[in-house]
Amino acid sequence: MQSILADYNYWIYILLMMIGLYAMLAKNNLVKKVIGMSIFQTAIIVFYVSIGAKKHASIPIIAHGHGAVEAAIDVAHYANPLPHVLMLTAIVVSVGTLGVALAICLGIYRRYNTLEEDDIQEQLQ
Amino acid sequence: MSIVKQAPVLLVIIPLLSAFLVNILGLINRKYCFPVAALAIFGSFAASVITLIRVIENGVIHYRLGGWPPPFGIEYVVDHFNALVLVTVSFVSLMAVLFSKESIKKELPDKIPQFYTLFVLLVTGLLGMTVTGDAFNLYVLLEITALTGYALIAMGDNRALVASFNYVILGTIGASFYLLGVGHLYIMTGSLNMADLLNILPGLYSVNAIFIALLLILVGTWIKMAFFPMHGWLPNAYTYAPSAAGCLVAPLVTKVSVYIMIRIMLSVFSAEYVYEVSGLSDTVVWMAVIAIISGSILALAQTDFKKMLTYLIVAEVGYMVGGAWLASSTGLTGAMLHIVNDALMTLCLFIFAGIVVYKRGGHQLQDLAGLYKKMPVTMTAFTVGALSMIGVPPTAGFFSKWYLILGAIDAGRYHFMVALLVSSLVNAILFFRIIEIAHFEPRMDHHGGETEKNIIDEAPISMLVPLIIVALCLIVIGLYSGDIVTNIIQHSVPTGLL
Repeated sequence: MQSILADYNYWIYILLMMIGLYAMLAKNNLVKKVIGMSIFQTAIIVFYVSIGAKKHASIPIIAHGHGAVEAAIDVAHYANPLPHVLMLTAIVVSVGTLGVALAICLGIYRRYNTLEEDDIQEQLQ
Repeated sequence: MSIVKQAPVLLVIIPLLSAFLVNILGLINRKYCFPVAALAIFGSFAASVITLIRVIENGVIHYRLGGWPPPFGIEYVVDHFNALVLVTVSFVSLMAVLFSKESIKKELPDKIPQFYTLFVLLVTGLLGMTVTGDAFNLYVLLEITALTGYALIAMGDNRALVASFNYVILGTIGASFYLLGVGHLYIMTGSLNMADLLNILPGLYSVNAIFIALLLILVGTWIKMAFFPMHGWLPNAYTYAPSAAGCLVAPLVTKVSVYIMIRIMLSVFSAEYVYEVSGLSDTVVWMAVIAIISGSILALAQTDFKKMLTYLIVAEVGYMVGGAWLASSTGLTGAMLHIVNDALMTLCLFIFAGIVVYKRGGHQLQDLAGLYKKMPVTMTAFTVGALSMIGVPPTAGFFSKWYLILGAIDAGRYHFMVALLVSSLVNAILFFRIIEIAHFEPRMDHHGGETEKNIIDEAPISMLVPLIIVALCLIVIGLYSGDIVTNIIQHSVPTGLL
């Protein structure tokens, strides 16, 4: 129990990931699949963001007073910015994927007049 | 000679910037799109060849983007193996772009600027994935490749949209697993630079998180390369893609994913970890055996020529994954050589399929009837590609298969050898059936009468030239494969293996 509470961020991301995976594989409606895909990607973003966070840490900007001698820098006082920066890129990627997926959904709707997967399969037979 | 020193970055930047240029010029006049795209890819090809020559002469190249030293900055690392893959990727793209000129005019006349923009961006992604030495940068380029690939496939005929949608869903799962694996590595090591990871990881071999990271990355790349049973998205996506897009996507995307798997295995984890500590070797080789056999059997069941080729790709992916996991240096050599050979063989067969679609309007096996008399040059080139796929010497396919079989014997994994032989046999049946249809069956119309007289009616010259060049390459690479192995591949195979 202790370890579950201590690592709650990991449990949240696993839960979100499973919800996304379930929606992607089991849902019949294409837009619901896309929403599942978005949740899945967000879960990974949450995972990365949480590993960079620390308790009682501030943003990683080192303040210099004019002419002051640099104070000793304690890493524990600053959050790790790298995972957050990486996730800016990953967010851009997931927005791109979402855009492409929705565009394809639109194309499918225009051609088959439905977004339900079994109806489309029927028309393809 | 500063321009030569910049070659590793130029081969990515040239197509990246040209993608914007193609798009803008396409607004003015769509006639400009093809020459700009072709020039850009030729530029990449030239830069790749220069890089390969420099690597052979001076050894591994480290290029620091923006001058930041690793592990803080992103680093491009070119060793013998990825220099070879770079030349292959840019060469295949060059041939595919030459082929696309006429094909795209017929299949997608009103989407030419979009097609070439995506085409050039896809090449950028593939080359970037190959050249980078940073695990996260690789993810970004993986997604650039995937996104452009989805869009290119969705441009195809009737069923392409649905196929592309399935590819989006599965491709995203694959890329996300890769990203998650990299996240695990980052938590444990605090680094994303591949060389840096290789140095830090040995102290952490006993940690479970590292093993999970390896599994996640492997599953991610396996989905991307359509390793059986994760191949579900591939056959439909590649069958219904526009011919010209198929010529680029089918030979390269799976092969570059195999390259990534080998790169992660050898340059992030080490040969020692993946073959001995992880204990996955046996399982993966068995999975490869199943992939090869299933891919071959599924290929036999097809009546659609392009779909048959896509199942052969699934089988070929099994060759390379199995070869890489045999834990023998000969097997690894075979897998690396097969990346090059398989890219060229697949390109040859997909260009042929594109020509058939151009001339006959379909890609069923029956559409191939009577082609030997109508298109002797095309069919000769196809025969070379088919023989290479079966593995008949002196074509390239024979030599990589030979290394793979020797590797299987060295490693004592005879089931893998049997799978390779069975698959060669199935390929022989498949291609001789096609040769028979194309040679002896006259083309019938709906009333059962012969509709066409046997007048030579070849494809346009801009389609024939790439096909002939690729077919010649298959023979030339076959003849020089010993030199390629001793001068290039040997340097990248880790010592200390069987």
